[in-house]
Amino acid sequence: MSTLVGTDDSAPQGHLWRLFSGQLRRDLLAAVRAPGELVNPLMFYLIGIALFPMGVGPGPNTLALIAAGVLWVLALLAILLAMDGMFRRDYDDGTLEQFNLHMQPLFVGVLAKTLAHWLMTGLPLTLIAPLAALWLYLPSHAVGTLMLTLLLGTPVLSLLGGMGAALTVSLRRGGLLLALMILPLYVPVLIMGAGAITVVTDGLDPAAQIKWLAAILALACTLVPFATAAALRIGMEQ
Amino acid sequence: MWTWIKQLWHKLGSPRWFYDIAASWIRWLLPIGILCIVAGFVWGLAFAPPDYQQGNSFRIIYVHVPSAMLAQSIFITMGIAGVILLVWRMKLADMVIKIAAPIGASFTALALASGAIWGVPTWGTWWVWDARTTAMLVLLFLYFGVIALRQAIAREETAGKACAILAIVGMIDIPIIKYSVNWWLTLHQGATFRLTAAPAMPPEMWIPLLITVIGFYAFFVAVLFQGVRGEILRREHRTRWVSELVAQRGALPGAAS
Repeated sequence: MSTLVGTDDSAPQGHLWRLFSGQLRRDLLAAVRAPGELVNPLMFYLIGIALFPMGVGPGPNTLALIAAGVLWVLALLAILLAMDGMFRRDYDDGTLEQFNLHMQPLFVGVLAKTLAHWLMTGLPLTLIAPLAALWLYLPSHAVGTLMLTLLLGTPVLSLLGGMGAALTVSLRRGGLLLALMILPLYVPVLIMGAGAITVVTDGLDPAAQIKWLAAILALACTLVPFATAAALRIGMEQ
Repeated sequence: MWTWIKQLWHKLGSPRWFYDIAASWIRWLLPIGILCIVAGFVWGLAFAPPDYQQGNSFRIIYVHVPSAMLAQSIFITMGIAGVILLVWRMKLADMVIKIAAPIGASFTALALASGAIWGVPTWGTWWVWDARTTAMLVLLFLYFGVIALRQAIAREETAGKACAILAIVGMIDIPIIKYSVNWWLTLHQGATFRLTAAPAMPPEMWIPLLITVIGFYAFFVAVLFQGVRGEILRREHRTRWVSELVAQRGALPGAAS
């Protein structure tokens, strides 16, 4: 059965690491050379945040009340919109086909691709979140929690979104379908992330929620890449 | 026992065998299901004593609880069928996922709707964002996702495997969703049935409920099997046994040529 899972005992120890780092380097390079795509999710995040004061009114009390939820919901949507690009270009130019063939085991490559994608979307989003928090009058002592929850939560969003992107990679209009499939799976991350910030603004200790997020991240890291790898094989069949 | 299971397992690989065996199951399950539902409803609605707090409005429990239980069971069924499809490539599992998804979505919607109607006399509002309601709503969205994914992919085999993956991931996510929404302060009462303890209601109340639950499950299995039989005929319509079956029965009325 070992060949099925793809672990080859005879391979040297550094083999998996070489695969992983090589894929990571390649994806990061490709992303850096097309910086427009890097900025788009961030722009979306800021524009989306800015819509709320215009919609709900500029009152600091109202905005501070909804800040935690809005900051997290828009992070969810920004990551989701960026997900479609994770495999799209590789699929269009045929690289994904090669990736599927030569990457053995496939989940290592998937993990590297997801990490690269997160470094280009989730991490910058975490870094500009304080600016958005400022616009929504989030109390300054909650900003650290906001960043910590985003740091723990956005990788989960990238992992789950990557699975959805793999399933829909060969579909012309996969974007809306991707949202339909993946958003329900994002619910726990949203509740824990936004919950932690609300708890902090109420003056309580958010340790429980943060530990929850960390646990979800550990679980997603270990399980989701396998599902994504399987989804990629299936998605490429059509 | 073990060899018997193994034989059954191999037989399940044959749609033709299942087509026949399912018919005999339906012959029993459908009457049992309908009988139990009718008996449970009549007993529960007309003869069970009213609740000391909720009065007669509690009687919607006889629709609400069975459909809510089914809503979750059906998704778990889909997840398990997904594992079977991906590991053993059993065609039947794919058909089960396909047929079960809309049925599961219907029962989830029924549970939400009956819960909303129940909410008016007890909570004074149609909708409450409490833990169980929210988890149920997310479950409905998960069903929608599976159905939408199936419709989006043209190639049937691919669609089946893709839905299987989504069903498995959803099945793993359901407990996480449930626990995370439980962090909200909850208005909802606890589970009516537990495996570990006797229900906190008098037997005149929970026995009819148990009967409706059994009826709902039997009804679901009967409907699922009938749907799978139709799916078998559609997918195997080029095989000899199907054409022989059709020739035997004469031209099926309304059958697409």
